[in-house]
Amino acid sequence: MSPTILITIISLSLLAFLSAVILYFVAQKFKVYEDPRIDEVQALLPAANCGGCGFAGCRNFAEAIVKSDSFEGLNCPVGGATVMGEIASVLGRTAPVYDPTVAVLKCNGSPDYRPRTSVYNGAAECRIVHSLYAGETDCSYGCIGYGDCERACTFDALHINPVTLLPEISDEKCTSCGACVKACPRNLIELRKKAKKDRKIYVACSNCDKGGPARRACKVACIGCGKCQKVCAFNAITIENNLAYIDATKCTFCRKCVEECPTNAIIEVNFPPRKPKAEAEAEAVKAQ
Amino acid sequence: MLKTFPTGGVHPPENKLTAGIPIEYIPVPGKVVIPLSQHIGSPANPVVAKGDFVKTGQLIAEGKGFVSANIHSSVSGKVSKIDTAADTSGLKQTAVFIDVAGDEWIDTIDRSPDIVRDIKLSPEEIIKKCFESGIVGMGGATFPSHIKLNVPSGKKCDVLIINGVECEPYLTSDHRLMLEKGEEILIGITILMKALKVEKAMIGIENNKPDAIARMTSLASTFRGITVHPLKVKYPQGAEKQLIKALINREVPSGRLPIDVGAIVHNAGTAFAVYEAVQKNKPLIERVVTVTGKSLSKPGNYMVRIGTPLSGVLEAVGGIPGDTGKIINGGPMMGKAVSNTDAPVVKGMSGIILIPASEAPRKKINPCIRCARCVSVCPIHLEPYLLMTLAEKGMFERAEKERITDCIECGSCSFTCPAGRPLLDYIRLGKSTMIRMARQKVLK
Repeated sequence: MSPTILITIISLSLLAFLSAVILYFVAQKFKVYEDPRIDEVQALLPAANCGGCGFAGCRNFAEAIVKSDSFEGLNCPVGGATVMGEIASVLGRTAPVYDPTVAVLKCNGSPDYRPRTSVYNGAAECRIVHSLYAGETDCSYGCIGYGDCERACTFDALHINPVTLLPEISDEKCTSCGACVKACPRNLIELRKKAKKDRKIYVACSNCDKGGPARRACKVACIGCGKCQKVCAFNAITIENNLAYIDATKCTFCRKCVEECPTNAIIEVNFPPRKPKAEAEAEAVKAQ
Repeated sequence: MLKTFPTGGVHPPENKLTAGIPIEYIPVPGKVVIPLSQHIGSPANPVVAKGDFVKTGQLIAEGKGFVSANIHSSVSGKVSKIDTAADTSGLKQTAVFIDVAGDEWIDTIDRSPDIVRDIKLSPEEIIKKCFESGIVGMGGATFPSHIKLNVPSGKKCDVLIINGVECEPYLTSDHRLMLEKGEEILIGITILMKALKVEKAMIGIENNKPDAIARMTSLASTFRGITVHPLKVKYPQGAEKQLIKALINREVPSGRLPIDVGAIVHNAGTAFAVYEAVQKNKPLIERVVTVTGKSLSKPGNYMVRIGTPLSGVLEAVGGIPGDTGKIINGGPMMGKAVSNTDAPVVKGMSGIILIPASEAPRKKINPCIRCARCVSVCPIHLEPYLLMTLAEKGMFERAEKERITDCIECGSCSFTCPAGRPLLDYIRLGKSTMIRMARQKVLK
C-alpha cells in the first residue's frame, strides 16, 4: 500500500477511536436516570395513545403511574382490569377495582320521532351546527347527527346510522376512553356503569324544555312529569330542569320506570321481551 | 378622493332594492312576544306578571347589572304569560307574551309630530334617560348605549362618530331614516355630543346614498360641530374600527376599544332613538326593518313594533314568495338564516331578506388552494385560512397568537373564498371556545 493511504487509514482510525472514547465518557457523565419500570409498564399498555386516562399518551401515563404511590386517579380504561392488574404486579401493589363503563347516547330523536324542520347547508360538523343555531329540528338539545363523535373514536366503536341519524355504539369495541364524550358539543354521551349481559336502562333524552315544547319537538322526549321517579323503589331517579336522570349505581334494572314513562323516553337495551301482564302478576304474587 | 379604510374589504352586489321606498308603518299585531334579552349583557328582569294590563311604552322589565337594558311594552293589552319563546335560530329564551287590546300609550310620551330642538337635560340626565328608555345599538350589535356615553376615568373622547354607512347589501333602514328623519337624527347627535361633552361629530355615509348625503349635509349646516363625510363604497366600511380609521385616520389597537383613540361610535338609528327618548319621552318600542328580496311583492322599509312575530311582518308585506329558499335575519354578510318564522322582531333586527331558492344554497366545500385571497380581503390584516385550520384542529394557543380574537366576523373571507370554505364558521367557533377557556381559567 502507498504511504498516503496508510497514513489516511491510521489517522482516521485514530480519530474514530478518540471520538468513541470521548462519547463514551460524555454519555456516562450526562446520563439521565430513568426508572426502568416505566418501560416495563409502557410495554403492558395498549399503545393506543387515546388520552382516555387523561394523560398525553401511554408513555406519559406510564411515567405518572410509576412515580405515584397509589393508583389514585390512574386508570387505563382501554386496557381495563387485565392491564391494570399486570401493572400492579410489576409495581408490587394491589390492583385497583373500577366499575367498567360503556358510552351511551342520551338521545333517541330519529327523524321518525323528531321531525326535521329546517335544512342545514353549511360545514357538516356537529360543533359548527351547534354554534350556529338550534339545529335541523325543534329540539335544541338533541343529537345533530353529523358525526363529530364518530370521527373522534379511535376504536371504530361508534357509527352514525344513516336512517336514524343517531350514533350507534358497539358494546364490544367501546373502551370507554371518553373521546366521544368530549367531542359531542351537546354533552349527549355519557359513560355509564356496565351491567351484566351489556344491559342498559337510561333516559334517552337530554331536553330541558318544559313538557309542552319538548313533546312538540320530539315524540319520545322526556317531559319531566316525574312518574318514573314516583315508581322507582330504589331512589335511583332524579328530575332536574324538566329532565329525568337514572343513577346507574342505584338502578337494579327492575324496568318499572320503562313501563311507566308516558312518552317512552326511558329505554331498556339487551333485555328479554316482557311476559304478558297476567303471567307477570302471577309471578309477582309467587315472589311474595 | 373619497375617504376609506386602507386594508382589505370586498364589493358584494349592493341590491339596495328598497332605497327609494319611504318608511311605512305595519299595523299593530294581535299578539306580541317581547324577549327579555334583546341586548348584549344580562337579560332584564320582568316587572309585570301574568294577567297585568300594560300600556304602550310601559316598562315591563328592568335591566340587571351594569351591562343590561330596560325593556318596554310596544303595545297595550294583557300579559298572557311569561314563558320561553324561540328566537329566529330556534334557541329559547324568556319573553313576555301580550295579547294586544287597542293601542293605549302611557301619557308621559309626547306623540305630537313637532320636532323639539331645545335640549333641556344635563349630560348625566341624558345618560340616565338613555338607560331608562332601553336604548341599545340599532345597527344590530345591540350594545346598551348608555354605557357608550360614560367615558371611563383616565380616557378622553374628542369626537363622536355617527355610523350612517349601512354597508351591508340590501339593508336601507338607516338610509330612509336619514332621508325622512334627518333633523331628528341631528338633534339626537347633538344630545349625544352634550352627554359626551364633545364639540365635534362626524357622520360617515357610504357614497351609494347621494340623496342622504345631500340631505344630511344641508341639515347639518344648521347645527354646530356636525360634519357629513361621504365614504367610498366598500364592505365593511360600517365596522367601527374601519369607520374610525377612514374618518379620523386613527387605528384602534388590538384588543382595545374606540375610546382608547378618543372616539365613540353610535349608529344613526340609535341617534334617532335617543332623540325620541330624550325629547319625546318615548322608550325604544319600534324600529325600521328593511323587508326585502328579489321576489317579494312589496319590499320596503317598515316601522315594526318590537315583539311582532316575523310571520306577521311577512304576511303584511304580501306573504313569503313561493320560490323562497332562505330567510336571512340581518344582512347577507353577517346575518343568520332563520329557522323559525314565529320568532319576534327584536331591537337589533335591521332587516329581513328573502333569498330565492336558486341563490340560497351555500357553496360546496373544497380544500384550500392557498390562493390567499382571504388574507388580501381581511380588513384586520389576519390570515383567515390559517385561523380556520387552527380552530378546526383545536390549536387554540397558536390561534390566540395569530390574533383570532381580533376578528370582527365581517365575513369578507368566506365571501371571497373560491374554494367555498366556511372560514367564518370555524373562526367564530375558535373565538367562542377561546373565550370560554379564558373564562374558565379566570374562575380557577
